[in-house]
Amino acid sequence: MLIDVHAHFYHDRTPRADWRERNASRLSAGDKIGVTHHVASILGSYGLTSPIYFPSPRDLEYGNDALLALQRHYPERIRGYVTVNPNYTTHARAEIARCLGAGMVGIKLAASRRATDPLLDPICELARERGVPVLQHVWQHRRRDWPGQEASDGAELAALAARHPDVRFILAHIAGGGDWQHSLAALRMAPNLYVDLSGSGVDGGMLEACLESVGVERLLWGTDLTMDTGWAKLRYLTRLLAPAQLELVKWKNAARIFPRGTFPTD
Amino acid sequence: MRIDVNAFVGAYPYRRVPGTSPDRLIQALERTAIDEAWVSHLPSLFWRQPMEGNAWLYDTVARERRLRPVPAVHPGLAGWEATLGEAADRGAPAVRCDPPHYGLDPAGPEVRVLAVACAAAKLPLVMAVRLEDARQRHPNDGAGELPAAAVRALIRSDENVRLLITHADRGFIEEVHFGSTPQEAARIWWDISWVWGPPEDHLGTLVETLGVERFVFGTGQPLRLPENAVAKLDLLELGAERRTAIESENTRTGLLH
Repeated sequence: MLIDVHAHFYHDRTPRADWRERNASRLSAGDKIGVTHHVASILGSYGLTSPIYFPSPRDLEYGNDALLALQRHYPERIRGYVTVNPNYTTHARAEIARCLGAGMVGIKLAASRRATDPLLDPICELARERGVPVLQHVWQHRRRDWPGQEASDGAELAALAARHPDVRFILAHIAGGGDWQHSLAALRMAPNLYVDLSGSGVDGGMLEACLESVGVERLLWGTDLTMDTGWAKLRYLTRLLAPAQLELVKWKNAARIFPRGTFPTD
Repeated sequence: MRIDVNAFVGAYPYRRVPGTSPDRLIQALERTAIDEAWVSHLPSLFWRQPMEGNAWLYDTVARERRLRPVPAVHPGLAGWEATLGEAADRGAPAVRCDPPHYGLDPAGPEVRVLAVACAAAKLPLVMAVRLEDARQRHPNDGAGELPAAAVRALIRSDENVRLLITHADRGFIEEVHFGSTPQEAARIWWDISWVWGPPEDHLGTLVETLGVERFVFGTGQPLRLPENAVAKLDLLELGAERRTAIESENTRTGLLH
C-alpha cells in the first residue's frame, strides 16, 4: 500500500484547459509509483470565479461535488477531503456534514483564515465529532502576509492543534516552500500534528530533519503538485528507514489517522 | 551511462546538508547509478575570491575518476583569464560563474567578456538560476536569481558561446528558448533538476516543444536529492534513445567537444 495524503484534481470550471490531462497524468504517474490511494482535494474553482485560497461557497460545492464524482468513478483509488472556507461558518459545517456523509474522509483547510483564528474552532469541533483529520495548508515560516492567501505557518497550526488535542492535524507540504526547519521546531511538542512530506522541494537533509524532529510515526507520504519529488523522497527513505518503518510512512500512519474503513487493509 | 552535470562538494553555509564530502558524493552516485559527475566547490561560491576554491577542487577530483571539475571563474577579479586557461589545460569540461553571488551584473560587461572568452577556449559556461527555493532562503542569503534576460543577452554575445543553465524551471526555459533565435537556442543546454514532472508534466512538455536535444541530466546534489532527477525520467515515456540523449549523449555531443 502507498497512500498519497496530499493530492489534487481539477474540473471543468477551473482556469485549466488541460484539466482532464492533469487528472489522467496523476493517476498514470501514481500507477508507476505504486500509489494505491490518492487522498485529494479540489480548491473550489482554482481562481476562475473566486480566489484559490478564498473560495466562495458556490465554488466549494462545485469542487467538492466534482471530487465526489471522481471518488465514485475510482472507488478503489480516490478518497476525498472536503474543502471549506472558515469565513462561512454555517456553510462550512453543512458542507462538511454533506461531503463526509457522501463518503469523504477528511477536511481540507487552505488559507482563507489564519489557523490561530477562533473561526476554525467550529470546524475542528466537527472534525473531532466525526473522527476525521484536518489537512491545513501551511507556508513554512510565514514572515509576512503573502498576496492571495491568509497563510498559516507551523507555529500557528501547532497552536490550533493544542486547542484541539483530540483532533488529528496534517501540516501540508513540508517541502512546499518556506523554511521547513522553522515548522519542524514548532511541531516537536504537538503530538496530534502530522507532517505531510509533499511539495516540490527535495532538499538534502530535510527528511533526516523530519525524522529527528517528529519521528517516523508522524510522517505521511504525499506529492501535491509534483509526483516526481514525492517518488524521489520515497526512494531516499528506503535508504534511511528499516522496512517496517518505511511501511509506516507509506501507509500505516495514514491508515491510523483517517476513519476506520477508509483504506482496505485497516 | 548517466552523467550528472550539476553536482557540488563542500559545505553549504546556510543550513546543515548531509553528504557534502567527496566520499559521500561518491556513495550518492553509486546509490543512484550515476557514472560521472561534474562537480563544483560549493563553499567558494560564497567567497569574495571564488577562484581560491579551485585548487582544492582539482586536487579532490584527481583522486576519483568519476568526478570532473567545473572550476569557478570570477571575471571581475584579476587573474580570471589565467583561471580559465588553467581549466582548459586541466581538461575541465566546463567552467562556472555565479554573478548573483559574486555581486556582478549577470548581463554586465565582465560576464559578457567571460562568455566570449569561454567560447574562444571552447568551454561551456555553467550558470545556476538559483540554489534554493527563494521562499526558504536564509535571511542573510540575499543573492538574487539569475534573470532569463541575462541568459538571452549572454548567448548573443558571441556566436560560439555555449551555456549550460542549471536549476531553471519551465517558465524560465521557455522564455529564453523562444526569446532566442533557433541558432542561439541551439547553444543552450538545460539541466532537468528544477523542472517539474507529473501531473504538471513540465519536463514532458518541454521535451516535445523544445526538443530532447536541449536537456541534460543534472541533480543539484547534495543540496537536492539526486533521486529526483532519476525519478523524473522514470516517469517519462521517453524511449531508450531519447532517455540516453538526456542522460549522457547530449552532454557528450553538445558540451564535450
